[in-house]
Amino acid sequence: MIHDMKPEDMIGDYKETRLALYRSITRLILYTDIETPYPDGKLIVSTTDKEGIITHVNKAFVEISGYTEDELLDSPHSILRHPDMPSAAFKDLWDTVNKGIPWQGYVKNLRKDGGYYWVKATVIPNIRQGKVVSYTSVRRKPSRTKVEECIKLYPTLF
Amino acid sequence: MPYQFTVSPDFSPDHLSGWFFFNTWLQKQTGQAIHLETYDSFQAQLEAIQRNEVDLIYANPFDAAMLVREKGFLPLVRANGVADEAIIAVSAESSVDKVTNLMPGITIAVTEDPAVLMMGMIMLESADLSADNIQTAIHNSYVLVAKNLLQGNADVGIFLAEAYDDLANITKNKLKILVRSQISVIHHSLMIGPSLADKRDDIQNLLVAMALGEKGNSVLKSLGFASWIKVEDEEMEFMIDVMDTLAI
Ligand SMILES: Cc1cc2nc3c(=O)[nH]c(=O)nc-3n(C[C@H](O)[C@H](O)[C@H](O)COP(=O)(O)O)c2cc1C
Repeated sequence: MIHDMKPEDMIGDYKETRLALYRSITRLILYTDIETPYPDGKLIVSTTDKEGIITHVNKAFVEISGYTEDELLDSPHSILRHPDMPSAAFKDLWDTVNKGIPWQGYVKNLRKDGGYYWVKATVIPNIRQGKVVSYTSVRRKPSRTKVEECIKLYPTLF
Repeated sequence: MPYQFTVSPDFSPDHLSGWFFFNTWLQKQTGQAIHLETYDSFQAQLEAIQRNEVDLIYANPFDAAMLVREKGFLPLVRANGVADEAIIAVSAESSVDKVTNLMPGITIAVTEDPAVLMMGMIMLESADLSADNIQTAIHNSYVLVAKNLLQGNADVGIFLAEAYDDLANITKNKLKILVRSQISVIHHSLMIGPSLADKRDDIQNLLVAMALGEKGNSVLKSLGFASWIKVEDEEMEFMIDVMDTLAI
């Protein structure tokens, strides 16, 4: 489940906002300016069901997100949704994978402690016996040049 | 006609005799005639697979998708505790200390191993390097990759981590690791083709129990690992999905 973020989990000075997730629940978001660098050599992997509920995470995912595995499993993937990410990006993600096509993009993700980390994500539909049964996202370390481009571009997409 | 067995051409030459011992062991255990054919390039092996001349294969993770999806292969087992990981290294004298110091135009020494190359290129991507702005020099072994780094013929080497670790200390002392992948879900696997599919469970059981017998144990030693572990279909599908995401 997704809960409001808690002041006691924050590290550093934080700002507050509210985000509508799943077009229904509103989540209190607390976020800071502290970036966690992408861990060198690792892939951050998660799988969701067809509704975007997390069903599997790897160790690198747990480490970078700041949540425990138990907190992540059965939560909507928007538990990582950062207020600086334009919703158009996620609409594009879902429109693409719903067509059975992989989606690739740069994503700023929100940590449990209010900090953030950038990734280059590739989301693909998992096809078993000809049917889409789930989705998997594999993230790799993004190039700084590409991240800088997104830092300029994303605010224009709101 | 004996069944045809082959090993991904990236295996270390030290293990070639191990694969022949393994083939002998497998024939005895299964009572089937199996011929071990080795190919000296991925291309030659691929052509044999396309002609349906392969029934059993110790497959490079890069080929798993094609084997499962186009050729109806199924996973049997993988080496316990062995995953395919890549290392990016430079000469110890190089002024480069991290991947992001690397600049377009550099020459990269690699082998033909497609999975290692793919993992290596993913790690270089964070420095805005891609096939479009680097030169690759392909060598026949990781020893030669190391040699070319030390001689200054290449700026960076991409190694299979296991092969890097096996280099002589005197060589490793002259090299510097910039990054080592920690992916852990990508591995070689022994896979079985449609012609042997009805014997899959039997062969899988034999392999999983291989380390328990004295003979099996010594054959495994010559292959360089302690035991086989079973690969479930879903584990293989998941690895293929991960490989698919890395290919784009
Ligand atoms: C496999 C998969 C992985 C995803 N990973 C992320 C992620 O890392 N961060 C994120 O904000 N959204 C991710 N999403 C998108 C979320 O499901 C969600 O659409 C997004 O956070 C926006 O929230 P909303 O759809 O409730 O508006 C992922 C979706 C899928 C299918």
